[in-house]
Amino acid sequence: MIVERKKLNFWERLYIPAVIGGFKVTARHFIKSVFKRQPVTMQYPEERWVVPEGYRGAPYLVKDQEGNTKCVSCQLCEFVCPPKAIKIIPPGPAGQLADRPNAEKMPAEFEINMLRCIFCGYCQEVCPEEAIFLQKDWSHVGTNRAEMIYNKEKLLSLGGTHAGTQKWKHKLEEAKEQENFPVKP
Amino acid sequence: MFDNITNWIDGLTAMQQFVLFSGVKIFAVFGVLMTCVAYAVWVERKVAAAIQDRVGPNRAGPFGLLQPACDGIKAFLKEDFTPDHVRKAYFWIAPAIALIPALLTVAVIPFGSNLGAQKMVIADLNVGILYTFGIVSLGVYGIVLAGYAANSKYPFIGGIRSSAQMVSYELAMGMSVIPLFLWVGDLNLSQLVISQQGFVGWLPDALGSVRLPNWLVFQSPMLALSFFIFLVAAFAETNRTPFDLPEAEQELAGGYNIEYSSIKFALFFMGEYAAMITASAMMVTLFFGGWTLPWFGLDQPATSIPGGLLHIGIFFVKVVAFVFTIVWVRWMWPRFRYDQLMDLGWRRFIPLALVNIVVTALWLWIRSRS
Amino acid sequence: MENAQAYLFYVFAALAVICAIMVVANPFSRSPVTSAMFLVLTMGCLAGLFTLLHAFFLAAVQILVYAGAVMVLFLFVIMLLDLKEEQRRQVKSLSLVAGLVSVGAILAIFVRSLIATKPGEGALANVEGSTSKLGKLLFTQYLLPFEIVSVLLLVAMVGVVLLSKKDLK
Repeated sequence: MIVERKKLNFWERLYIPAVIGGFKVTARHFIKSVFKRQPVTMQYPEERWVVPEGYRGAPYLVKDQEGNTKCVSCQLCEFVCPPKAIKIIPPGPAGQLADRPNAEKMPAEFEINMLRCIFCGYCQEVCPEEAIFLQKDWSHVGTNRAEMIYNKEKLLSLGGTHAGTQKWKHKLEEAKEQENFPVKP
Repeated sequence: MFDNITNWIDGLTAMQQFVLFSGVKIFAVFGVLMTCVAYAVWVERKVAAAIQDRVGPNRAGPFGLLQPACDGIKAFLKEDFTPDHVRKAYFWIAPAIALIPALLTVAVIPFGSNLGAQKMVIADLNVGILYTFGIVSLGVYGIVLAGYAANSKYPFIGGIRSSAQMVSYELAMGMSVIPLFLWVGDLNLSQLVISQQGFVGWLPDALGSVRLPNWLVFQSPMLALSFFIFLVAAFAETNRTPFDLPEAEQELAGGYNIEYSSIKFALFFMGEYAAMITASAMMVTLFFGGWTLPWFGLDQPATSIPGGLLHIGIFFVKVVAFVFTIVWVRWMWPRFRYDQLMDLGWRRFIPLALVNIVVTALWLWIRSRS
Repeated sequence: MENAQAYLFYVFAALAVICAIMVVANPFSRSPVTSAMFLVLTMGCLAGLFTLLHAFFLAAVQILVYAGAVMVLFLFVIMLLDLKEEQRRQVKSLSLVAGLVSVGAILAIFVRSLIATKPGEGALANVEGSTSKLGKLLFTQYLLPFEIVSVLLLVAMVGVVLLSKKDLK
């Protein structure tokens, strides 16, 4: 494809319209940020970015309303995790029992290596118990590698409490959608 | 205390006094120039930020005013890395050659009228402008040698580009000031400033109090054209946008200074900003009346110390205005393509400057006969 | 003061000679770029000598034209051409003889004129320092040589254009 260049007239070839245009644009922005004090810059440590809905930050474990661990140590997230950032140690046959009814067990240890995590959200998608969520935390700081491996205790404290057990409601909706699949005319 | 010093100075011979005062002036000008270089970087970053809706440096000190000091400390403390493949001798000497010409040029610029009995110029040469052009023309060696020393292709292309560019625009720059010296009839920069006192004579009297200063840029259309050519050539000589081809980041990955790090890189940086400041000072002296201001009798050489300081202040403010303009243009205009740059230099500005010389000479000839 | 100027003369003169020797016979490097840079230094020393003679105009023009423009172009050409060949080349005996003869001829002229001039004499006082005096002299007394030199430059320029044209019509 050949793009025809616009033929410039004499006035335009003097670069003067370009100078005036450039000056107008730069002056408008200069006045905006100097005299009206509206720069778009965010003063980072003091002001922080408010992330939009659906932002995929760090995955943390959540507790239910009673403060019990929701994770049942099924290890699906460990299996699905693409960069193998999650490591779960199950309690074993003689291990500790779950701290809530309706659950067989809870993990003895649950580690996420935040240096490996790619924030893809597969763990959240695959979790049958809705125990792990990608939250809005986007700033991860540590002074060594060991510090960046978050253990169960840390993940639970950072994750907070999940609002309501939605699991069975969601299962019902999913089951209803299955009946309509494939979509009938 | 003060009397003691004056007595001691009076007791010296003329030669000793000359050496003493020249030394003091050199150190003062060098100190002020280097401080200005540091703060030119700050101004550049602040203006860039303002034009791009940002804030710019604001952490080190109020308004980020201590940022230049931090940058300097950082430049000194970084690892000074010498790649294995460079030509060592040229690699070491090039940053110095890039910085020194820019510093030497200020020697002939009259930055004030006088302070006491001292003229505020380091060397009042009668070939002042030729000296300046001579020194400025040496500035290209730093860049060419840096490109050659790096011994790799991008710095090399940067060096070649810069030598071609500077040689081309030096011609236009040199020829653009010839009408000026035809008009004034003196190559000495102090005399040039003196010739710019008062108001212009060609404005009709009906305008009353609306008067233009008698600065050379306002004295005739030929001189205004001279200023325009000089301004464009100054942009090209100092490697500033829209003529910053030697260090075109997008094409050359940085240009002649790719292989440099630490304080050696900083020297190139300082050289660029020092050249920018001296170019501004040259334009102020040549076209915008130097330290003079036609109002309140500020165009006469100062008789008192505060008056002398005021003149230095006026000169400084004018230079800062030019530096601000040069910085602003960088964020206003895209870069020229290389063939456009050469075309503009050789086929537009050099003929234009030649015609300007002939027209000015003819005008002066006609005026002298009538 | 006079002493200082005499010392400066010896310093500049010695440096000029050393740099000039380094241009043609550098024992450490045969790189053409190094030669060109030493030539620039020689020009600088010559400008220093002119300054000591109070010929400020000549000094400034020496730097401006030779060091600033001509040598930059030299450097430009050296860098654009691949001169690895040049670094290995041996000096031919014929060119050596030709060079020695021409240097000897110039030296003879210098020596003759030096002997002819007594100390404290010479054409110096006419043009001391002043640009306008030099200009007047150049356009009155020395007008013919001046114009001949410009014609010579023009011929060189036409020659270059002719040589660089691939096909002559």
